[in-house]
Amino acid sequence: MAKAIRIRKGSDIRLVGVADKTLENPARTDLYAVKPTDFHGLTPKLVAREGDRVKAGDVLFFDKYNDSIKYNAPVSGTVDEVVRGEKRRILEVRIKADAQNEFKDFGAKSASSMSAADLRAHLLEGGCWPLIQQRPFAIVANPESTPKSIFIAGFDSSPLAPDGDFVMEGEADNFKEGLAALKVLADGKPVHLGVRPDSKAFNGVDAQVHQVSGPHPAGNPGVQIHHIDPINKGEVVWTIAAQDVANIGRFLRTGKFDMQRVVALTGAQVNQPKYYRVTVGANVSSMLNGQIKDDNTRVISGNVLTGDHITTDGFLGYYHHQITAIPEGKEPKFLLTDGWLSPGLKKFSLSHAYPTWLMPKSKRFNLDTNSNGEDRAFVVTGQYEKVFPFDIYPVQLVKSIIVNDIDSMEKLGIYEVAPEDFALCEYACTSKIEVQDIVREGLDTIMKEFS
Amino acid sequence: MKALHNFLEKKVKPNFVEGGKLSRFWVVYDSLETFAFTPGHVTKKGAHIRDSIDLKRTMFLVIVAMVPALLFGMWNVGHQYYLSIGEITTADPYSAMLWEKFQVGLVKTLPLIVVSYGVGLGIEFIFAGLRKHSINEGFLVSGMLIPLIMPVDVPLWMVAVATAFAVIIGKEVFGGTGMNILNVALTARAFLFFAYPKQMSGEIWIHDVAASATNGMLADGYTGATALGHLANTVGKPVDGEVAGSVMGMFGDAGMYSFMDSFLGLIPGCIGETSALAILIGAGILIWTGIGSWRIMLSFLIGGLAMGAIFNAFGANAYMTLPAVHQIVIGGFMFGMVFMATDPVTAAQTNTGKLIYGFFGGFFSIMIRVFNPAYPEGVMMAILFMNVMAPMIDHYVIQANIKRRMKRTALATAAA
Repeated sequence: MAKAIRIRKGSDIRLVGVADKTLENPARTDLYAVKPTDFHGLTPKLVAREGDRVKAGDVLFFDKYNDSIKYNAPVSGTVDEVVRGEKRRILEVRIKADAQNEFKDFGAKSASSMSAADLRAHLLEGGCWPLIQQRPFAIVANPESTPKSIFIAGFDSSPLAPDGDFVMEGEADNFKEGLAALKVLADGKPVHLGVRPDSKAFNGVDAQVHQVSGPHPAGNPGVQIHHIDPINKGEVVWTIAAQDVANIGRFLRTGKFDMQRVVALTGAQVNQPKYYRVTVGANVSSMLNGQIKDDNTRVISGNVLTGDHITTDGFLGYYHHQITAIPEGKEPKFLLTDGWLSPGLKKFSLSHAYPTWLMPKSKRFNLDTNSNGEDRAFVVTGQYEKVFPFDIYPVQLVKSIIVNDIDSMEKLGIYEVAPEDFALCEYACTSKIEVQDIVREGLDTIMKEFS
Repeated sequence: MKALHNFLEKKVKPNFVEGGKLSRFWVVYDSLETFAFTPGHVTKKGAHIRDSIDLKRTMFLVIVAMVPALLFGMWNVGHQYYLSIGEITTADPYSAMLWEKFQVGLVKTLPLIVVSYGVGLGIEFIFAGLRKHSINEGFLVSGMLIPLIMPVDVPLWMVAVATAFAVIIGKEVFGGTGMNILNVALTARAFLFFAYPKQMSGEIWIHDVAASATNGMLADGYTGATALGHLANTVGKPVDGEVAGSVMGMFGDAGMYSFMDSFLGLIPGCIGETSALAILIGAGILIWTGIGSWRIMLSFLIGGLAMGAIFNAFGANAYMTLPAVHQIVIGGFMFGMVFMATDPVTAAQTNTGKLIYGFFGGFFSIMIRVFNPAYPEGVMMAILFMNVMAPMIDHYVIQANIKRRMKRTALATAAA
């Protein structure tokens, strides 16, 4: 074990609003939602109708093109509303929760005594499968694929991310069982776990542990995969977050679909940033109640680099472990006072264009959602490379996607990346190019081409 | 400032939007408003926060970096003028008449800047209007670079024509800022060099040399050529001949092109290019702020020194015997290295590519200068040449990366 990896490229964006390490149960929320939009490329086929009674663990919808992958209700209650968007696309399946959670019983099992095929079927049936994602493409893992390895993200390095050790407190047994399950699924292939060098939560776990140090995006599975076991064309790697490994473990040990999660409420607009224990899909209003400073706020499910914009009564995303609230930046800024010509003592920049790069590393900044400039063609070079810890040429890859050159995309390494790996590039871009969107488009193109 | 913004938003803007009286000039209004007020555009998804840097700030910092060269250039224009008419050969030539010298330079330089910006931005506005996109900031830098690489007595109409050529043919036909293949300012310079060779050579480097000569004001023996012009005369002549002797004498410690004078910039030349010191201050600003690529600058310098050292080793003519360190402080070498070669759009884009690009840029600068006296300004030719080569350099750098990855795939397949 203990293979040390040091990431040098990248950057920690030091924002105000780190969550205090206190855990609270929020005021009860009675509204939950499972959002098909959280799962990229999913075409949901509804099972539950509005008004149906469901138990926690009953199927809400399944994947039309892979009907073994089921998406289950996180709580018991009544299907309140199916929210649809353009072309009747399903955006949310909302459940009004009962006062007391009623679980469907899947039966307690021990992973190590099961065959890979049985375990796979059990997890699929129990709705746990979507917790596992795959690379390439950063989508829900295809149950028919055989991964060459499985990567567990033992920490998150994105801005204001929850502390990897803190969220795993009290989950050691569940994690162990979940890990045992992954080992069965891996079928002899390695299961890697990336942790911070000072991490204590995973002492003595039976996996290939890698100590990863360095700035964000060190915690992104894509980065760790690239440094440990890079993906070549035709290969598949599964990824999963440590908390979700524990969820799989809990499911196996209790037979209940009980998707709890410790979520960090963070950001400059939050009065008291701290941790909450909630169930996946929970309405965030119970957490945000009395916590948001004023109306000029953007609430994000997830982190500021890759999260989804939600409203104050929106829902926690399926893969998200934090809620972030930052100020909106709609106010125009006068050039001399705080625009582009200002001294900029409050402006954080990865470039050295503002003097803030000389400030001590402990200084934290309050950044708003202003794009700080307008769309331009690529002009400045070398910016992406500084924050992109892959042996891949990011700008060239992005350009090959823009011109839709599939051959080049393959050669330049599109199989190894996910949009989140480009989040810092997008943040740093002088020309304000929406890199993550472009990468997603490229992945979709490749997926279509080879399916 | 809120009041001003409200006034713009409510009273002025409606005239310019679709259907307003002045809607044809929307681009002009938009660019001025976004100049004064960073627009309240917010992110929609993806990265919800964005870096504070934008293209305006980037370009502005480049202009800041050019200020030392500009100010020194203005002073030096006057300094060279008074030298030419023999007014300041006295004991203390530098501190005397500081303001008078600067004034001469200001009067000569300001019109060049105005013409360059006026013509360039005018064309940018027209193209932005036609294409219905906002004005790009690229010309803010090009507009300042162009006057800095002009001889002081260049006719204004020639600057206007060259700027128009550079912006239209050098940039806009390729799609505007970020899409051009050749450095815009150098395109302007090269255009003048080839279109008006007669007017671009001779006595235009020092203000009013020709007029002073006819009035009998010119100091004895003053010629008005640049250091490179003098050096070019030695090519093809014996190293120990009379011509070489007199020219190389000018580059000796007591000559007018001594190393120190060349480094400080007290010699004739294009307005902004003479002072290596002022340019190095600019380089410091560019590197410190991270705007300019230190890789290109460093390898460009090494390339120039390497070629200079090779020439020194051969020493086949007097030009080749000029020490390599002296080579790089005369002519446009330093200016090209700091402000032209580092142009991110036309330079190589990969880090390895930048090192190769810079090295050969410097290498060819000195080579062209010495081998081809018809083009005394080798830097311009070398950088334009390397601009054309940059995509190829990047191509091979990227191919190496691809090959490395392919090899990995092959290994994985073999192991499976």
